[in-house]
Amino acid sequence: MAKTEIRVGGLGGQGVILCGSIIGKAAAIHGGKHATLIQAFGPEARGSACSAQVTVSDDVIGYPYVKNPDILVLMSQDAFNQFIPQLKPGGMVLYEAELVKPDGKLPEGVRAMGVPATRFAEELGRRLVLNIVMVGFFAGVTGLLPFEAVEKAVLDSVPRGTEELNLKALKKGYDFGREQAV
Amino acid sequence: MHADPKGVLTGVHFIDGDHAACEGALAAGCRFVAGYPITPSTEIVERFAHRIPKVGGVFIQMEDELAASIAIQGAVWGGQKVMNVTSGPGLSLMMEHLGYAFITETPCVWIDVQRCGPSTGMPTGPAQHDMMQVKWGSHGDFQIIALCPNSPQECFDFTIRAFNMAETWRVPVFLMMDEVVGHMTERVDIPEASEIEVVERKWTKKKPGEYKVYETTPEDPVPEMVKAGDGYRIHVTGLTHNEKGYPDMTVPNQERMLGRLIGKITQNAHKLVDVREDGVEGADVVVVSYGITSRVAMAAVEQARAKGAKVGSARLVIAWPFPAERMKEIARTAKVFVVPEMNMGQMVQEVERAVAGAAKVVSVPHAGGSVHEVDTILNAIMEAAR
Repeated sequence: MAKTEIRVGGLGGQGVILCGSIIGKAAAIHGGKHATLIQAFGPEARGSACSAQVTVSDDVIGYPYVKNPDILVLMSQDAFNQFIPQLKPGGMVLYEAELVKPDGKLPEGVRAMGVPATRFAEELGRRLVLNIVMVGFFAGVTGLLPFEAVEKAVLDSVPRGTEELNLKALKKGYDFGREQAV
Repeated sequence: MHADPKGVLTGVHFIDGDHAACEGALAAGCRFVAGYPITPSTEIVERFAHRIPKVGGVFIQMEDELAASIAIQGAVWGGQKVMNVTSGPGLSLMMEHLGYAFITETPCVWIDVQRCGPSTGMPTGPAQHDMMQVKWGSHGDFQIIALCPNSPQECFDFTIRAFNMAETWRVPVFLMMDEVVGHMTERVDIPEASEIEVVERKWTKKKPGEYKVYETTPEDPVPEMVKAGDGYRIHVTGLTHNEKGYPDMTVPNQERMLGRLIGKITQNAHKLVDVREDGVEGADVVVVSYGITSRVAMAAVEQARAKGAKVGSARLVIAWPFPAERMKEIARTAKVFVVPEMNMGQMVQEVERAVAGAAKVVSVPHAGGSVHEVDTILNAIMEAAR
């Protein structure tokens, strides 16, 4: 059974939970897989560090938590410092390139790729969509889920009237991810 | 009858167990909640408060748990389907009114999203600490029904089932969630209203004057109901009462009343119990679990089988009434019962009582705050299988 464990980390307000939710939704509703999302509760939800755990699997998911993720999606230096030690050997790190500086702290054998998601979002007109750029980047690099599934999950999840902007952000991240993945 | 489409959010959703439970309540016809929100159950009443103006009903935020747990019972006698939503510390305060709902046969659903105790404990830490409290926590002798969902989908499905059981048996029916099931987000399929069976209240067809509020027959121990304000003279009290609902505090009447109330569940336990079994026949070791622990346990069972152990799983979909007869039967062939729970050993006592020495019973406790590690349960299984 193929199971992929993902940890999304960043700061409250960056859309960390929504990023995890869209990945889960794309898998569970539009991608024909099982997905479980667990979000951090407590002080994390109120402004400082914030994270989501997503398990995507071909089979029913028993143990619901992500302890040692296959993939990290990181949007802050704090999240990077906190979650890098948990990454599985040979795992993958996707990070916001202007907010996270790996600075040689990556374990050997780890694939790490950055994307200037905040800058891309600002160029598209709203910094707020940086999490959607990250979702696109995730989809482009990992190929875990069909682009169409992620696209539908984004459309299900964003407020009305912002669909066009969010789809642009998704495509921007996705295309950048495809280039990096090659 | 079928669900009222107004309350049914048909479609495929990616929502957490709290929200799914709320949607289950709305689908089942719940139109009144008096809430005193508490972590990790808050999202249930939050969603109810948000949804109910469009569906048509009332949400009131109460001043405390005592008020919440009795206001809902008033609404039942006004004709509504209701639920009471809380977590451990709130549940402790509501215990008086649990007994009241039982003695007055007020059909209602109680959702307990369990968190770590005792006392304030860890508000966002999962636990299965209240399994014995719901069974024994109110004074006097009483019976309840308790369902244990292990996913957001089951939070939806079982809430509807809980409402239907409450109307059928007129006892408080508990949905024993926990913080993980409440806060985890998964796919939830909500069918068309026409595909959802809803049990209507057992309204009387008798005329005022002929109707007695607690009249029953030997064949049917569940009395018919009326709504306050419909012209029937009724009296509802927490005192020991007769068929007319009036206080009748004699030893024979106490025996008659309590015998019927308790018997509704104990004499029908065989119809109520629900154990989901996997590979129990021929198993040396049987893992008994419920709620979120049943998912972690299943992962351990599969790993143990891969190592060659003959292990089965018996999941308590309904914890109360406890399936004692089935446990006895399983004990004729199984050598060891392994019972993981997110508490220091509660339902394991029921397993021990039912098995009565016919097989070994091993408790795998967890103080709460997290689910068991798969390895912890796996090791207990492998040790038992040796």
